[in-house]
Amino acid sequence: MQRLEGVRQMNSTKTESFGILTRELAQEIDKTINHYRSNSTKLVGILLDIQDIIPKQYIPREVAAYVSEKMNIPLSKIYDVISFYAALSDVPRADYVIQLCDSVVCKVTGNTTLRDTISQLLGIKEQESTPDGKYWLEYTPCFGACDISPAMRINGKVFGHLTTQDSVKAVLDQYR
Amino acid sequence: MSKTVAIITENFGQYDPGSIHSYLSIGGFSAVKKALTMSSAEIIEMTKKAAVKGRGGAAYDTGRKWAQAASVPGEDKVVICNADEGEPCTFKDRSILSKDPFRLIEGMIIAGYTVGAKNGYIYLREEYRHLRPLIRNAIDESLSNGFLGDNILNTGFSFQIHLYSGAGAYVCGEGSTLIESIEGKSGRPRIKPPFIKECGLFQLPTLVNNVETLAIAAAFIQHGVEEYLSHGTSGSPGTKIISLAGNIKNPGAYEIPFGLTLREIIYDIGGGIPDGHELKLFQLGGASGKIGPASIVDTPYTYEDLAKEGLVVGSGGILVVDDRTRVIDFVKSIQDFFIHESCGKCTPCREGNRQIAKIIDRFVEGSQRPDDLQTAERFANIMSNCAFCGLGETAQSTLLSAIKHFPQEFGLTEVAENEKH
Ligand code: SF4
Ligand code: FES
Repeated sequence: MQRLEGVRQMNSTKTESFGILTRELAQEIDKTINHYRSNSTKLVGILLDIQDIIPKQYIPREVAAYVSEKMNIPLSKIYDVISFYAALSDVPRADYVIQLCDSVVCKVTGNTTLRDTISQLLGIKEQESTPDGKYWLEYTPCFGACDISPAMRINGKVFGHLTTQDSVKAVLDQYR
Repeated sequence: MSKTVAIITENFGQYDPGSIHSYLSIGGFSAVKKALTMSSAEIIEMTKKAAVKGRGGAAYDTGRKWAQAASVPGEDKVVICNADEGEPCTFKDRSILSKDPFRLIEGMIIAGYTVGAKNGYIYLREEYRHLRPLIRNAIDESLSNGFLGDNILNTGFSFQIHLYSGAGAYVCGEGSTLIESIEGKSGRPRIKPPFIKECGLFQLPTLVNNVETLAIAAAFIQHGVEEYLSHGTSGSPGTKIISLAGNIKNPGAYEIPFGLTLREIIYDIGGGIPDGHELKLFQLGGASGKIGPASIVDTPYTYEDLAKEGLVVGSGGILVVDDRTRVIDFVKSIQDFFIHESCGKCTPCREGNRQIAKIIDRFVEGSQRPDDLQTAERFANIMSNCAFCGLGETAQSTLLSAIKHFPQEFGLTEVAENEKH
């Protein structure tokens, strides 16, 4: 109950003490929840949409608690969903989330150049972000772009035929 | 010359998928108009005649499924369109969703009308979120033009379609898991019974169909079954959209008549293997499907001929692999996929996958122990017999078929040679 009290305050004027959940963000979240008519069956979609508007593309704990309070869903249920689905993250990622497919089609069509080039250019490995918080790298299962494999996604946008260093660089250049 | 056909895909490129007016200008919604003049029994009869096997992978007869769904008592029923194709090397539903979303809407309305449902749900995988606006628009425009909503075309039939988003979980392709996800929960399969046809989404009788299955229904309602049935073989009538990819010159989604040989598909449609390499193996139906060696490339692509070789049509994925890939590395890649996707609910799948992965890793490094292969096979068989859902049951198809067709890559022939002496 203590925690929920805290949450209620966040929705009031005392948002300063919370780094992420600003009043503006709270309003945006309210908008999203209202857009879905606070329908608990829409929880997965709501969390995805909220994650999209949070810097570093994740669901911070206070946001999870806020949604729990707003939608009257136990926090444990919110976390059951966040931790289950690969597309939801409870750790901060980055401005640009790079998802590199490491499923079998991209493997047999040769995604090592893609992997190595990304790691070299950004200096990060899987599940890491660059120090400036710009890029986050994760390996994901097939996202249905096998016809243009090897492929990656950046913030959900798909890029394919990434077989050479130059082709990878050209894509990254679009996300400066 | 072209060996592809255009029945399910006939509208691809023929209209602007972002505009209902464009769709109407090519005769769009004539399937719905026609269906609404027919009785449910007549549509079921037609569906049975078309003999469409479910295109998500399970290959259950669609006419039978619709007949069962129609006969389940209930005022309020639900139709779900499963747009969560998650098998690696499967993107054929993406082609329908992106090039002909209105035909999918038609298929759903027809299914809803046939089984007596009031609501339809499209469960779109997160990976296809870029298609969300297009699908959303197709729903909205259908509604504002009177093809959805109350009293559709003054027939007294009312039907709504709701769009739901997945969030990256392969197991949600399974019917009951998908339902859990639409209900806003994490995706773990339900115990059966109750069967979802009687008690599914929100406890209502529920029909789940794949995107392609629904698109086919709209196609044969519009044109009659004869044209559709003029393709294919007697055992596998009709056509199928395949997802052809891997080491192939022209990867893509193609509609083919059943009965082409794998050779025709790979070489004539796909343009063959690039860079002068040799075909080594292919995997049909995604990660849960089996692999076949190049020596059986003349097998016709039909349910019955593939079954003789222990292969499946499944989702329609055809992954072509050339001589540059080691079989064990291929198996490892599939194993990694299932480790990632196992939901962890049941022990055979959760632990079985992990233990088998350890053994496969040893094979990859060449540090396998003498009894490793036997152990892996034993675990694999336990999994296919005891896992809770289809994911665990089929996760080891690749390994088992790889051992069968490529024993030498597991060092098996040498063992056999040694035993002779
Ligand atoms: S077989 Fe695997 S995916 Fe299916 S319930 Fe068991 S652990 Fe979950
Ligand atoms: S295997 Fe990489 S996109 Fe399908």
